[in-house]
Amino acid sequence: MTGVQPTSSLRAMDIDALSASRQPSRIEDDVHAITVENLNLFYGPKQALRNINMKIAKKKATAFIGPSGCGKSTLLRCFNRMNDLVDGCRVDGHLNLEGKNIYDKDVDISALRRNVGMVFQKPNPFPKSIYENVAYGMRLAGVTKKRELDETVEWALKGAALWDEVKDRLEDSALGLSGGQQQRLVIARAVAIKPQVLLMDEPCSALDPISTLKVEELINELKKEFTIVIVTHNMQQAARVSDYTAFMYVGDLIEFGNTDKLFTKPSMKQTEDYITGKYG
Amino acid sequence: MAATEASSSKPLDLTAKDTQSVSSYVKSGQPYVWLTAAAISVSFIITVALLCLTAARGMPHFWPADLLKAEYQEPGAEPVPMLAELVSEEEVSTARLKSAGLKLEDDKPFHTRDLVKVGNRDLYGADFRYLLDEWILSRSYPEDAVVLERMEWGNFHGFLEAMKENGSVIASGEQAWTAYAERQQRADRLHDELREIEKGEIGSINYGLERVRLDTRRLELAGKTRENAAAEYQELDARKAALDASYEKLRTRLVEIKTELARDSLVLKSVDGQELEIPLAKIARGYRPNAMGLFAKLGLYFEKLWEFVSAEPREANTEGGIFPAIFGTVMMVLLMSVFVTPFGILAALYLREYAKQGTVTQIIRIAVNNLAGVPSIVYGMFGLGFFVYFVGGSLDQLFYAESLPSPTFGTPGILWASLTLAILTLPVVIVATEEGLARIPRSLREASLALGATKAETLWKVVLPMASPAMMTGLILAIARAAGEVAPLMLVGVVKLAPSLPLDGNFPFVHLERKFMHLGFHIYDVGFQSPNVEAARPLVYATSFLLVLVIVLLNVSAIRIRNRLREKYKALDG
Repeated sequence: MTGVQPTSSLRAMDIDALSASRQPSRIEDDVHAITVENLNLFYGPKQALRNINMKIAKKKATAFIGPSGCGKSTLLRCFNRMNDLVDGCRVDGHLNLEGKNIYDKDVDISALRRNVGMVFQKPNPFPKSIYENVAYGMRLAGVTKKRELDETVEWALKGAALWDEVKDRLEDSALGLSGGQQQRLVIARAVAIKPQVLLMDEPCSALDPISTLKVEELINELKKEFTIVIVTHNMQQAARVSDYTAFMYVGDLIEFGNTDKLFTKPSMKQTEDYITGKYG
Repeated sequence: MAATEASSSKPLDLTAKDTQSVSSYVKSGQPYVWLTAAAISVSFIITVALLCLTAARGMPHFWPADLLKAEYQEPGAEPVPMLAELVSEEEVSTARLKSAGLKLEDDKPFHTRDLVKVGNRDLYGADFRYLLDEWILSRSYPEDAVVLERMEWGNFHGFLEAMKENGSVIASGEQAWTAYAERQQRADRLHDELREIEKGEIGSINYGLERVRLDTRRLELAGKTRENAAAEYQELDARKAALDASYEKLRTRLVEIKTELARDSLVLKSVDGQELEIPLAKIARGYRPNAMGLFAKLGLYFEKLWEFVSAEPREANTEGGIFPAIFGTVMMVLLMSVFVTPFGILAALYLREYAKQGTVTQIIRIAVNNLAGVPSIVYGMFGLGFFVYFVGGSLDQLFYAESLPSPTFGTPGILWASLTLAILTLPVVIVATEEGLARIPRSLREASLALGATKAETLWKVVLPMASPAMMTGLILAIARAAGEVAPLMLVGVVKLAPSLPLDGNFPFVHLERKFMHLGFHIYDVGFQSPNVEAARPLVYATSFLLVLVIVLLNVSAIRIRNRLREKYKALDG
């Protein structure tokens, strides 16, 4: 079959599909991957996000922190439209990925999600082999050549720092891996389809300290290639892995800026109270 | 230790004070352990008892029992000679025996009564008799007593006098038995050949002739006459001529075999002195139980058991085997599975995954669940009215007009039976599949969606494989229910005796329009419709035992498949 795309052009193809009707005038700068403009989100009558405006820098890690229920995971799930699955959820405003509003009617959600990967709180590998877990996204994208699959699986597992641990048992069930290994496996699975943005929803909350450390190291590696947005409960983790940090509180974006600055010299009183442990 | 000193002034006492009262016993949980254990024990014992009873009542039927030679003397009558197989003994109250017309003078409250099989239905009218044990005189087990299983009239009990070939005696006395043993093998071989020709070759010739007839009729219906479609008619005539020629050849061979079979015959004498001649062609098997050792009897036992499961029935289903019934049961259940599985899974998928959850889906769900409670005979009526008359009738009009007025699909058959049972078991499959779908964690669906899969891809690649064990559970329950169902089948395709299996060597090999035999119906038929009650009774048990075995076998294979799937997709438990 000649229809099979080489891996490198897969990404380009998806972006074209995603932005089929993109305006020719490209106002976006090269520094930002995502811009959020006046985003409001409602669960039925209840407003969960209020007028969020932010720009997520390309190939940097951005952390969302805030107390439970502040809307940080909800905001993250706006980036790949996972909120669409929730009944009664409504989104206003713009969320531009490479200049294209992903909430436009003509957006192909599958293409969007291939470009905005996601890692969840609890490791959720499929009950398939390690190899098939990583290859899942590529198979969906229509890759059938064995050699291409093999190469990408290896590349993704190496990228997720898991290759050395699993290279001899790729055909074993992914469920036989430890929790930390499973979480790195699902990161590899997300990375394998070469997204531009990688969303991480409290990726370490179900892991032990050593596995957490490994995943944090991994995030530091991955941000060389991907734009990373991470939601975390753990302020030390945010300080360790992120370049920018957004502090949210009950649906509002309180403060957003350089991580070092936000943690050392927060400009808002609420931020300061939160990071010094007065509430949260 | 420091803590106890500090915490209170009272010394800590952990000894139980109340160990005797009922309330403390109830609180300890012991009664619940006993209660639950009792429940499971009772279920287990009942299951085992059911299997043991059916096996114990059915299986001895095939044992070649010894022949008792005795004189039976009723008071005030001449002694009558008997050559019989003891079937069972029971204690019967004197009053009952008196009311049955026996002249009893003693005042014992109970007497032992034996049920014996005397055979020779052609001579005595009935082959089972009740005898009062104390009136049986001079018991002996003569070595030369012969049992002949015949094609007609049941077993013959008696003694071999002579062996005849072409009407003249060639051996008599002990030599006759040796001569018979060899000749019986020859007769068996001829019989096999005869059946092969009659059932197999002549069967397919008849099938071919029927097709020629139907093709001719189709031409006529299409308005083609011998004038305007000469080539087609010629072709049909050629086919018919070829079939007729091969039939003629077979018929000659058939006549030959029949003459060969008629060559040998046995001269026998019953115990009361009646002499009769039986051609070997009418004998299925002959043996001398009193002269056989244990191993010879065991061998014969398994031979008869094998005949039971592998041969076709004889003599209104009271002799021979039940293979067509086993085959029909299994094939019907498999066909039912083929119909119900995809249908049930698709319905469950829509109900659980696509339909908007609300009042309407809830009503549909309740309706589906309640379908499982509709009496099965109602499904039978539905199958007859809808499938057989409406769908089958329409199919006949459209595609089988040439064989009308005799119906092809517009009559009960295995296709309609399995479809009816598929509807009957549909709720089970839907409910089980729905439960399986509901148990797939949301996180796995999200994982798939987040990788760019559409909902359909997620269902197909993640959800359905993981729900497959639940679907198998549904199928297992469906099989268990379908295999044991009899009532609806009587309306939509089961018959007492089917002339041919729904699967054979004639194109197109699978004949879904044919009627079939079923173990459940066979039990009913043998048990209630048989002219020979005593002969039928053990067969009812044996067939029941076999039906249970068949269902267990079907279920075990489905369970094994499910366990393999579970092993593969065991993420659910995590």
